[in-house]
Amino acid sequence: MKKPALILAALIGLYSLQIAPALAVQPDEMLSNPKLEARARAIGKQLRCLVCQNESIDDSDADLAHDLRLLVRQRLLAGDTDAQVKQYLVDRYGDYVLLKPPFNADTLVLWLGPAGFFLLAVGGAVLFYRGRRAGGGEAAPVLSEDESKRAKALLDTDGEGDKA
Amino acid sequence: MRRIAFLPVVLFVVLAGFFGYRLLLIQRGDSPSFIPSVMVNKPAPDFQLPPVFAGTPGFSSAAFKGRVTLVNFFASWCIPCRSEHALLSGLKGQGFQLVGVDYKDKPEAVKAWLAREGNPYDVLVADENGQTGINFGVYGVPESYLIDKQGRIRFKQTGPFTPEAIEKDLLPKVAELNK
Repeated sequence: MKKPALILAALIGLYSLQIAPALAVQPDEMLSNPKLEARARAIGKQLRCLVCQNESIDDSDADLAHDLRLLVRQRLLAGDTDAQVKQYLVDRYGDYVLLKPPFNADTLVLWLGPAGFFLLAVGGAVLFYRGRRAGGGEAAPVLSEDESKRAKALLDTDGEGDKA
Repeated sequence: MRRIAFLPVVLFVVLAGFFGYRLLLIQRGDSPSFIPSVMVNKPAPDFQLPPVFAGTPGFSSAAFKGRVTLVNFFASWCIPCRSEHALLSGLKGQGFQLVGVDYKDKPEAVKAWLAREGNPYDVLVADENGQTGINFGVYGVPESYLIDKQGRIRFKQTGPFTPEAIEKDLLPKVAELNK
Protein backbone atom coordinates (compact mmCIF):
# COMPACT_ATOMS: atom_id res chain seq x y z
CA MET A 1 0.00 0.00 0.00
CA LYS A 2 2.83 2.35 0.78
CA LYS A 3 4.49 2.15 -2.59
CA PRO A 4 1.52 3.19 -4.75
CA ALA A 5 0.87 6.07 -2.39
CA LEU A 6 4.44 7.25 -2.76
CA ILE A 7 4.29 6.97 -6.52
CA LEU A 8 1.04 8.90 -6.55
CA ALA A 9 2.52 11.62 -4.39
CA ALA A 10 5.55 11.82 -6.67
CA LEU A 11 3.31 12.04 -9.72
CA ILE A 12 1.24 14.81 -8.16
CA GLY A 13 4.46 16.60 -7.27
CA LEU A 14 5.80 16.26 -10.80
CA TYR A 15 2.51 17.32 -12.33
CA SER A 16 2.21 20.40 -10.17
CA LEU A 17 5.57 21.57 -11.51
CA GLN A 18 4.04 21.87 -14.94
CA ILE A 19 0.97 23.81 -13.94
CA ALA A 20 1.35 27.40 -14.97
CA PRO A 21 -0.69 29.99 -13.07
CA ALA A 22 -4.18 29.80 -14.48
CA LEU A 23 -4.90 32.57 -16.93
CA ALA A 24 -8.14 34.43 -16.54
CA VAL A 25 -8.09 35.59 -20.16
CA GLN A 26 -11.26 34.30 -21.78
CA PRO A 27 -11.35 33.02 -25.36
CA ASP A 28 -13.92 35.64 -26.37
CA GLU A 29 -11.59 38.42 -25.19
CA MET A 30 -8.72 37.34 -27.40
CA LEU A 31 -7.79 39.15 -30.56
CA SER A 32 -7.75 37.24 -33.83
CA ASN A 33 -4.38 38.74 -34.71
CA PRO A 34 -1.89 36.53 -32.82
CA LYS A 35 0.80 39.22 -32.83
CA LEU A 36 -1.50 41.79 -31.21
CA GLU A 37 -2.80 39.18 -28.78
CA ALA A 38 0.77 38.34 -27.74
CA ARG A 39 1.43 42.02 -27.12
CA ALA A 40 -1.82 42.30 -25.14
CA ARG A 41 -0.71 39.34 -22.98
CA ALA A 42 2.69 40.89 -22.38
CA ILE A 43 1.07 44.17 -21.33
CA GLY A 44 -1.61 42.46 -19.26
CA LYS A 45 1.04 40.70 -17.16
CA GLN A 46 2.51 44.07 -16.21
CA LEU A 47 -0.75 45.69 -15.16
CA ARG A 48 -2.17 45.37 -11.69
CA CYS A 49 -5.77 44.40 -11.14
CA LEU A 50 -6.91 47.25 -8.89
CA VAL A 51 -9.52 45.15 -7.15
CA CYS A 52 -7.34 42.22 -6.08
CA GLN A 53 -4.18 44.34 -6.08
CA ASN A 54 -1.63 41.52 -6.09
CA GLU A 55 -2.66 39.91 -9.32
CA SER A 56 -2.06 41.05 -12.84
CA ILE A 57 -5.13 41.73 -14.95
CA ASP A 58 -4.28 38.57 -16.91
CA ASP A 59 -4.47 36.45 -13.76
CA SER A 60 -7.52 38.02 -12.18
CA ASP A 61 -11.13 36.98 -12.57
CA ALA A 62 -12.38 40.33 -11.30
CA ASP A 63 -14.83 42.18 -13.48
CA LEU A 64 -12.61 45.24 -13.65
CA ALA A 65 -9.68 43.09 -14.82
CA HIS A 66 -11.88 41.80 -17.63
CA ASP A 67 -12.77 45.37 -18.61
CA LEU A 68 -9.12 46.41 -18.51
CA ARG A 69 -8.10 43.45 -20.68
CA LEU A 70 -10.68 44.53 -23.23
CA LEU A 71 -9.43 48.10 -23.00
CA VAL A 72 -5.82 47.03 -23.61
CA ARG A 73 -6.90 45.17 -26.74
CA GLN A 74 -9.06 48.08 -27.86
CA ARG A 75 -6.09 50.46 -27.54
CA LEU A 76 -3.82 48.06 -29.43
CA LEU A 77 -6.35 47.78 -32.25
CA ALA A 78 -6.50 51.58 -32.33
CA GLY A 79 -2.76 51.52 -33.08
CA ASP A 80 -1.27 52.42 -29.68
CA THR A 81 2.25 51.33 -28.84
CA ASP A 82 2.77 49.19 -25.73
CA ALA A 83 4.07 52.23 -23.86
CA GLN A 84 1.03 54.28 -24.88
CA VAL A 85 -1.36 51.60 -23.65
CA LYS A 86 0.35 51.52 -20.27
CA GLN A 87 0.44 55.31 -20.10
CA TYR A 88 -3.28 55.40 -20.84
CA LEU A 89 -3.93 53.43 -17.66
CA VAL A 90 -1.29 55.23 -15.61
CA ASP A 91 -3.05 58.51 -16.52
CA ARG A 92 -6.24 57.19 -14.94
CA TYR A 93 -5.08 54.96 -12.11
CA GLY A 94 -1.60 56.26 -11.33
CA ASP A 95 1.71 54.39 -11.17
CA TYR A 96 0.04 51.88 -8.87
CA VAL A 97 -1.51 50.15 -11.87
CA LEU A 98 1.98 49.05 -12.95
CA LEU A 99 3.14 45.91 -11.18
CA LYS A 100 6.74 47.06 -11.64
CA PRO A 101 6.94 50.52 -10.10
CA PRO A 102 8.74 53.11 -12.24
CA PHE A 103 11.88 54.79 -10.96
CA ASN A 104 10.92 58.32 -9.90
CA ALA A 105 10.99 60.66 -6.92
CA ASP A 106 8.11 58.83 -5.20
CA THR A 107 9.76 55.43 -5.49
CA LEU A 108 13.32 56.46 -4.67
CA VAL A 109 13.23 54.83 -1.24
CA LEU A 110 11.71 51.70 -2.70
CA TRP A 111 14.38 51.28 -5.36
CA LEU A 112 17.41 52.51 -3.46
CA GLY A 113 16.38 51.36 0.03
CA PRO A 114 17.66 47.78 -0.26
CA ALA A 115 21.00 48.88 -1.76
CA GLY A 116 21.24 51.51 0.98
CA PHE A 117 20.66 48.92 3.70
CA PHE A 118 23.22 46.63 2.07
CA LEU A 119 25.83 49.38 2.00
CA LEU A 120 25.07 50.26 5.61
CA ALA A 121 25.48 46.64 6.62
CA VAL A 122 28.76 46.21 4.69
CA GLY A 123 30.07 49.51 6.03
CA GLY A 124 29.10 48.56 9.54
CA ALA A 125 30.76 45.18 9.22
CA VAL A 126 33.98 46.65 7.82
CA LEU A 127 34.19 49.23 10.61
CA PHE A 128 33.37 46.61 13.23
CA TYR A 129 36.05 44.14 12.14
CA ARG A 130 38.66 46.80 11.51
CA GLY A 131 38.03 48.19 14.97
CA ARG A 132 38.34 44.74 16.51
CA ARG A 133 41.59 43.96 14.74
CA ALA A 134 43.19 47.30 15.59
CA GLY A 135 42.03 47.25 19.19
CA GLY A 136 42.62 43.50 19.62
CA GLY A 137 46.25 43.69 20.86
CA GLU A 138 45.70 45.97 23.78
CA ALA A 139 42.22 44.80 24.61
CA ALA A 140 43.16 41.16 25.29
CA PRO A 141 44.42 41.24 28.89
CA VAL A 142 47.62 39.47 29.73
CA LEU A 143 47.57 37.82 33.13
CA SER A 144 50.35 38.37 35.54
CA GLU A 145 51.99 35.31 37.10
CA ASP A 146 50.03 35.75 40.27
CA GLU A 147 46.75 36.10 38.39
CA SER A 148 47.32 33.02 36.28
CA LYS A 149 48.05 31.01 39.39
CA ARG A 150 44.76 32.15 40.92
CA ALA A 151 42.92 31.42 37.71
CA LYS A 152 44.37 27.94 37.56
CA ALA A 153 43.40 27.35 41.15
CA LEU A 154 39.87 28.51 40.46
CA LEU A 155 39.56 26.26 37.41
CA ASP A 156 40.89 23.29 39.34
CA THR A 157 38.21 23.59 42.01
CA ASP A 158 35.62 22.30 39.55
CA GLY A 159 33.25 25.19 39.29
CA GLU A 160 33.31 26.05 43.00
CA GLY A 161 35.63 28.92 42.25
CA ASP A 162 33.17 31.64 43.20
CA LYS A 163 33.23 30.45 46.78
CA ALA A 164 36.99 30.56 47.07
CA MET B 1 33.31 51.50 17.14
CA ARG B 2 31.12 51.86 20.18
CA ARG B 3 28.76 54.07 18.23
CA ILE B 4 28.59 51.59 15.36
CA ALA B 5 27.31 48.99 17.78
CA PHE B 6 24.13 51.02 18.15
CA LEU B 7 23.48 51.13 14.42
CA PRO B 8 21.32 47.96 14.30
CA VAL B 9 19.26 49.28 17.20
CA VAL B 10 18.77 52.61 15.44
CA LEU B 11 17.77 50.85 12.22
CA PHE B 12 15.37 48.67 14.14
CA VAL B 13 13.76 51.66 15.82
CA VAL B 14 13.40 53.48 12.48
CA LEU B 15 11.79 50.46 10.81
CA ALA B 16 9.56 49.69 13.79
CA GLY B 17 8.48 53.32 13.83
CA PHE B 18 7.62 53.19 10.15
CA PHE B 19 5.63 49.96 10.46
CA GLY B 20 3.94 51.21 13.61
CA TYR B 21 2.90 54.41 11.85
CA ARG B 22 1.33 52.44 8.99
CA LEU B 23 -0.50 50.20 11.46
CA LEU B 24 -1.79 53.25 13.26
CA LEU B 25 -3.14 54.63 9.98
CA ILE B 26 -4.98 51.37 9.34
CA GLN B 27 -6.42 51.46 12.83
CA ARG B 28 -7.68 54.97 12.13
CA GLY B 29 -9.61 53.56 9.20
CA ASP B 30 -7.06 54.27 6.47
CA SER B 31 -7.43 51.14 4.39
CA PRO B 32 -4.21 49.67 2.98
CA SER B 33 -6.09 48.82 -0.22
CA PHE B 34 -6.96 52.48 -0.79
CA ILE B 35 -5.41 53.84 -3.97
CA PRO B 36 -4.95 57.61 -4.10
CA SER B 37 -6.51 59.09 -7.23
CA VAL B 38 -4.37 60.79 -9.82
CA MET B 39 -7.49 62.31 -11.37
CA VAL B 40 -8.03 64.94 -8.69
CA ASN B 41 -7.29 68.45 -10.05
CA LYS B 42 -7.40 67.14 -13.61
CA PRO B 43 -10.20 67.89 -16.07
CA ALA B 44 -12.96 65.30 -15.90
CA PRO B 45 -12.82 62.88 -18.83
CA ASP B 46 -15.08 63.47 -21.82
CA PHE B 47 -18.11 61.25 -21.90
CA GLN B 48 -21.68 61.04 -23.03
CA LEU B 49 -23.98 58.57 -21.31
CA PRO B 50 -27.59 57.58 -22.01
CA PRO B 51 -30.28 57.91 -19.33
CA VAL B 52 -31.48 54.94 -17.31
CA PHE B 53 -35.09 56.03 -17.62
CA ALA B 54 -36.26 56.54 -21.19
CA GLY B 55 -37.50 60.08 -21.76
CA THR B 56 -35.22 61.67 -19.13
CA PRO B 57 -32.08 63.54 -20.22
CA GLY B 58 -28.73 61.82 -20.56
CA PHE B 59 -25.55 63.51 -19.46
CA SER B 60 -22.34 64.57 -21.16
CA SER B 61 -19.21 66.14 -19.72
CA ALA B 62 -20.12 69.41 -21.47
CA ALA B 63 -22.89 69.84 -18.86
CA PHE B 64 -20.31 70.30 -16.08
CA LYS B 65 -19.83 73.92 -17.20
CA GLY B 66 -21.34 76.48 -14.89
CA ARG B 67 -22.50 74.14 -12.11
CA VAL B 68 -20.86 72.24 -9.32
CA THR B 69 -21.55 68.55 -9.87
CA LEU B 70 -21.17 65.43 -7.82
CA VAL B 71 -20.82 62.34 -9.98
CA ASN B 72 -21.71 59.25 -8.00
CA PHE B 73 -20.77 55.86 -9.45
CA PHE B 74 -23.01 53.20 -7.96
CA ALA B 75 -24.76 49.94 -8.84
CA SER B 76 -27.74 47.98 -7.63
CA TRP B 77 -25.46 44.97 -6.99
CA CYS B 78 -23.20 47.01 -4.73
CA ILE B 79 -23.80 46.42 -1.02
CA PRO B 80 -21.92 49.47 0.39
CA CYS B 81 -23.95 51.67 -1.98
CA ARG B 82 -27.00 50.95 0.15
CA SER B 83 -25.65 52.64 3.24
CA GLU B 84 -24.64 55.61 1.12
CA HIS B 85 -27.94 55.85 -0.68
CA ALA B 86 -29.93 57.21 2.27
CA LEU B 87 -27.29 59.89 2.85
CA LEU B 88 -27.41 61.00 -0.79
CA SER B 89 -31.15 61.55 -0.50
CA GLY B 90 -30.44 64.15 2.18
CA LEU B 91 -28.15 66.17 -0.07
CA LYS B 92 -30.80 67.93 -2.16
CA GLY B 93 -30.38 71.70 -2.34
CA GLN B 94 -26.83 71.72 -0.99
CA GLY B 95 -25.44 73.66 -3.93
CA PHE B 96 -24.60 70.98 -6.48
CA GLN B 97 -26.30 68.77 -9.00
CA LEU B 98 -26.13 65.07 -8.22
CA VAL B 99 -25.43 62.90 -11.25
CA GLY B 100 -25.81 59.16 -10.68
CA VAL B 101 -23.85 56.86 -12.93
CA ASP B 102 -25.22 53.34 -12.80
CA TYR B 103 -22.03 51.34 -13.21
CA LYS B 104 -22.08 48.00 -15.05
CA ASP B 105 -25.65 47.24 -14.12
CA LYS B 106 -28.81 45.90 -15.70
CA PRO B 107 -31.45 48.60 -16.35
CA GLU B 108 -34.26 46.47 -14.83
CA ALA B 109 -32.18 45.78 -11.71
CA VAL B 110 -31.42 49.43 -11.02
CA LYS B 111 -34.99 50.52 -11.73
CA ALA B 112 -36.32 48.01 -9.22
CA TRP B 113 -33.65 49.07 -6.72
CA LEU B 114 -34.46 52.78 -7.03
CA ALA B 115 -38.20 52.10 -6.80
CA ARG B 116 -37.50 50.44 -3.45
CA GLU B 117 -34.83 52.76 -2.06
CA GLY B 118 -35.84 56.08 -3.65
CA ASN B 119 -34.08 58.07 -6.35
CA PRO B 120 -31.84 60.86 -5.00
CA TYR B 121 -30.33 61.77 -8.38
CA ASP B 122 -30.97 64.91 -10.42
CA VAL B 123 -29.73 63.09 -13.50
CA LEU B 124 -29.38 59.33 -13.78
CA VAL B 125 -27.33 57.76 -16.56
CA ALA B 126 -25.99 54.29 -17.29
CA ASP B 127 -22.41 53.23 -17.87
CA GLU B 128 -23.18 49.71 -18.96
CA ASN B 129 -19.73 48.60 -20.10
CA GLY B 130 -17.82 50.53 -17.43
CA GLN B 131 -15.80 52.50 -19.97
CA THR B 132 -16.59 55.89 -18.45
CA GLY B 133 -15.77 54.45 -15.04
CA ILE B 134 -12.31 53.44 -16.23
CA ASN B 135 -11.77 56.92 -17.67
CA PHE B 136 -12.54 58.38 -14.24
CA GLY B 137 -10.22 55.86 -12.58
CA VAL B 138 -13.02 53.96 -10.82
CA TYR B 139 -11.83 50.68 -9.30
CA GLY B 140 -14.83 49.82 -7.16
CA VAL B 141 -18.24 51.22 -6.42
CA PRO B 142 -19.32 53.46 -4.85
CA GLU B 143 -16.95 56.24 -5.84
CA SER B 144 -17.86 59.90 -6.14
CA TYR B 145 -16.18 62.79 -7.91
CA LEU B 146 -16.83 66.44 -7.15
CA ILE B 147 -16.43 68.54 -10.26
CA ASP B 148 -16.11 72.32 -10.37
CA LYS B 149 -17.82 74.74 -12.72
CA GLN B 150 -14.96 74.48 -15.21
CA GLY B 151 -15.26 70.72 -15.45
CA ARG B 152 -12.25 69.91 -13.28
CA ILE B 153 -12.27 67.11 -10.70
CA ARG B 154 -11.64 68.67 -7.29
CA PHE B 155 -12.33 65.90 -4.82
CA LYS B 156 -12.82 62.16 -4.84
CA GLN B 157 -14.60 60.01 -2.31
CA THR B 158 -13.47 56.40 -2.61
CA GLY B 159 -16.00 54.06 -1.06
CA PRO B 160 -19.33 55.10 0.42
CA PHE B 161 -19.91 58.54 1.88
CA THR B 162 -20.28 58.61 5.65
CA PRO B 163 -22.00 61.44 7.55
CA GLU B 164 -18.51 62.59 8.67
CA ALA B 165 -17.14 62.55 5.12
CA ILE B 166 -20.09 64.67 3.97
CA GLU B 167 -19.68 67.17 6.81
CA LYS B 168 -15.90 67.37 6.81
CA ASP B 169 -14.92 66.86 3.15
CA LEU B 170 -17.80 67.24 0.73
CA LEU B 171 -19.85 70.22 1.93
CA PRO B 172 -16.87 72.53 2.67
CA LYS B 173 -15.47 71.76 -0.80
CA VAL B 174 -18.86 72.45 -2.40
CA ALA B 175 -19.09 75.79 -0.58
CA GLU B 176 -15.58 76.67 -1.74
CA LEU B 177 -16.38 75.83 -5.37
CA ASN B 178 -19.61 77.83 -5.28
CA LYS B 179 -17.84 81.00 -4.13
